[in-house]
Amino acid sequence: MDQRFLPRNEFHQLIDVLLAADYSVIGPQVQNGAIVYDSMTNVDQLPKGFTDAQEAGQYSLHQSNNPYYFSWAAAAQSIKPLCFKPKEVLWKSSISDQGTLNFTEPLLDVKPTAIIGVKACDIAALKLQDQHFLEQEYVDPTYKRRRESLFIISVDCAYPAATCFCHSTNDGPTNQTGFDINLTELENGFIISTGTDAGQSIVDGLQSYDISVDQLSEKSKQEKTAINQQRKLPHTDIAQTLKHAQDHQQWDDIAQRCLACGNCTAVCPSCFCHSEHDEYPLNSPEVSHVRQWDSCFNHGHSYIHGIVIRSETRNRYRQWLTHKFANWVDQYGRSGCTGCGRCISWCPVGIDVTQELAVICGEEDA
Amino acid sequence: MPKFTLPHTVEVVERIQETPTIFTLRLRFVDQKQQQDYRFQPGQFNMLYLHGIGEIPISIVSDPADEALFDHTIRVVGRVTKGLSHLQTGDQIGIRGPFGRGWPLKTALGKDVILVTGGLGCAPVVSVIRYVIRRRDLFGRLVIMQGVKRADDLIWREQYTQWEALHDTQVILAASEEKQASWPWHTGHVTNLMDKAHFNPANAIAMMCGPEPMMRAAIEPLLREGVPENDLWLSMERNMQCAIGHCGHCQYGDKFICKDGPVFPYAEIKHLFGQAGY
Repeated sequence: MDQRFLPRNEFHQLIDVLLAADYSVIGPQVQNGAIVYDSMTNVDQLPKGFTDAQEAGQYSLHQSNNPYYFSWAAAAQSIKPLCFKPKEVLWKSSISDQGTLNFTEPLLDVKPTAIIGVKACDIAALKLQDQHFLEQEYVDPTYKRRRESLFIISVDCAYPAATCFCHSTNDGPTNQTGFDINLTELENGFIISTGTDAGQSIVDGLQSYDISVDQLSEKSKQEKTAINQQRKLPHTDIAQTLKHAQDHQQWDDIAQRCLACGNCTAVCPSCFCHSEHDEYPLNSPEVSHVRQWDSCFNHGHSYIHGIVIRSETRNRYRQWLTHKFANWVDQYGRSGCTGCGRCISWCPVGIDVTQELAVICGEEDA
Repeated sequence: MPKFTLPHTVEVVERIQETPTIFTLRLRFVDQKQQQDYRFQPGQFNMLYLHGIGEIPISIVSDPADEALFDHTIRVVGRVTKGLSHLQTGDQIGIRGPFGRGWPLKTALGKDVILVTGGLGCAPVVSVIRYVIRRRDLFGRLVIMQGVKRADDLIWREQYTQWEALHDTQVILAASEEKQASWPWHTGHVTNLMDKAHFNPANAIAMMCGPEPMMRAAIEPLLREGVPENDLWLSMERNMQCAIGHCGHCQYGDKFICKDGPVFPYAEIKHLFGQAGY
């Protein structure tokens, strides 16, 4: 893998080449006081000089004179919505005048899409979503279409927030795999490496430069700083501990604080739960059968013929945490957490998953 | 291979009212080729889709050898089952399936088969009863244990009488809340009548379906009698919306009931079975 250098003032080339290659380009930008991924055509839309301050129950942006485009940690929402849409029509059904029932799959208008600025936590979580939607007995057709059209330009994370713990989950902060192109942002520009042939063909279209020894040493210095993350997971075997801690009093303690709002599952890059319902428009005989993100914190999630299996918040939080850190290992060979820290920042009451795990694992002071 | 993510159109060939709230739909694919290609195992389920209302999982109750039709027996509980109950002959609905792991009928060959069910839990198990009776020589004794609350809850009443008359077949029926003297069978919980069941524990397999407390109450005496854990099979139910292991609702610990089950050997789920919140 050949590494090249692209000066910051020539970074627009990357966007131009992607647009010329007929990709829709999505990148990070500031909207309503948060960094979100949205369509872009111009390098000036990137969040230049912005850093994010994240703490339990807190998220804020701060702008400085630093020239970096990617000096922030986890965007408010992950890249999950790109392939696993918050809402998606699964099929349409209609009944003819003769009473014939007809089913059709929706026509998906999916364009090749390049996303710029994906962090290692989200790359790892995308791999988890791929495992869930593509690599089991049944393949999800809409996820597959969107996933195959996705071109990923990742960036090594050099500015972890106080909520980050991707080093502890072995998912970051630098990218080893799962990208078409990877960027390392240095003071004067970017080290570019490629992970796929598609990535290489885009890089070939750039006017780039050989990298210097100084740039490589700046990169390795940056990696060392970035892994000094403040939060980490307990050292014990979390999966086994959780399976044997189903009666732990901490579940009751959490339930005193948890609002069961489902924010954590909405921002989690790996959560896959969704519900299905019918939408019957008043002006058309065609019904859409729709899936929509759901949360194991919702009352109806465990409903079955008149009974709610998890009516108590205690059991809902226990379900979420035990699934994420224990059952996921049995289902997909690893934990479902990639250390992005979003569930900590976006929890309205500041519940910190690393803290709760520490208590349950008996490592409170670790 | 059929598409499992898009329903196929089937029509109601016959509708049978079993009790005031329970009915059976006999269905056939509109596309003849689909009907010919359709194969299922007893214990598997289909997703039944009612246009504009929604989709629900229902177990298949007919015999897999009946290739012209397949049957679903349904109790009216919610919106979709209520809508389905209004269907008439010739009406069309959508079907996805079959899904899941069915009953271990190959493992059961040559063994005494004990079937323990409660309430409408009998529907998935009735598919086994019919299966065994049609292939009677391939199995040992057949013990049918069915518990209901009241006499009215018992569907297929005449069938139980017919089954009772078959050789090597025992029917134990109990109604827990029935006070009428006209009820000819036992009163109380059927799970308390295990000592009346005649089978060889060393060569028996038990299949059960119904409320979990009932299955729990049945497991205890069966284990005590000496039936191995791996020969106790349970059909489990949880909220299911996709049936293909994606929507997450039916997760039971590390299992997806829709694709890893709905039928499980007890040993696979006993660490969670009966635990509140799972």
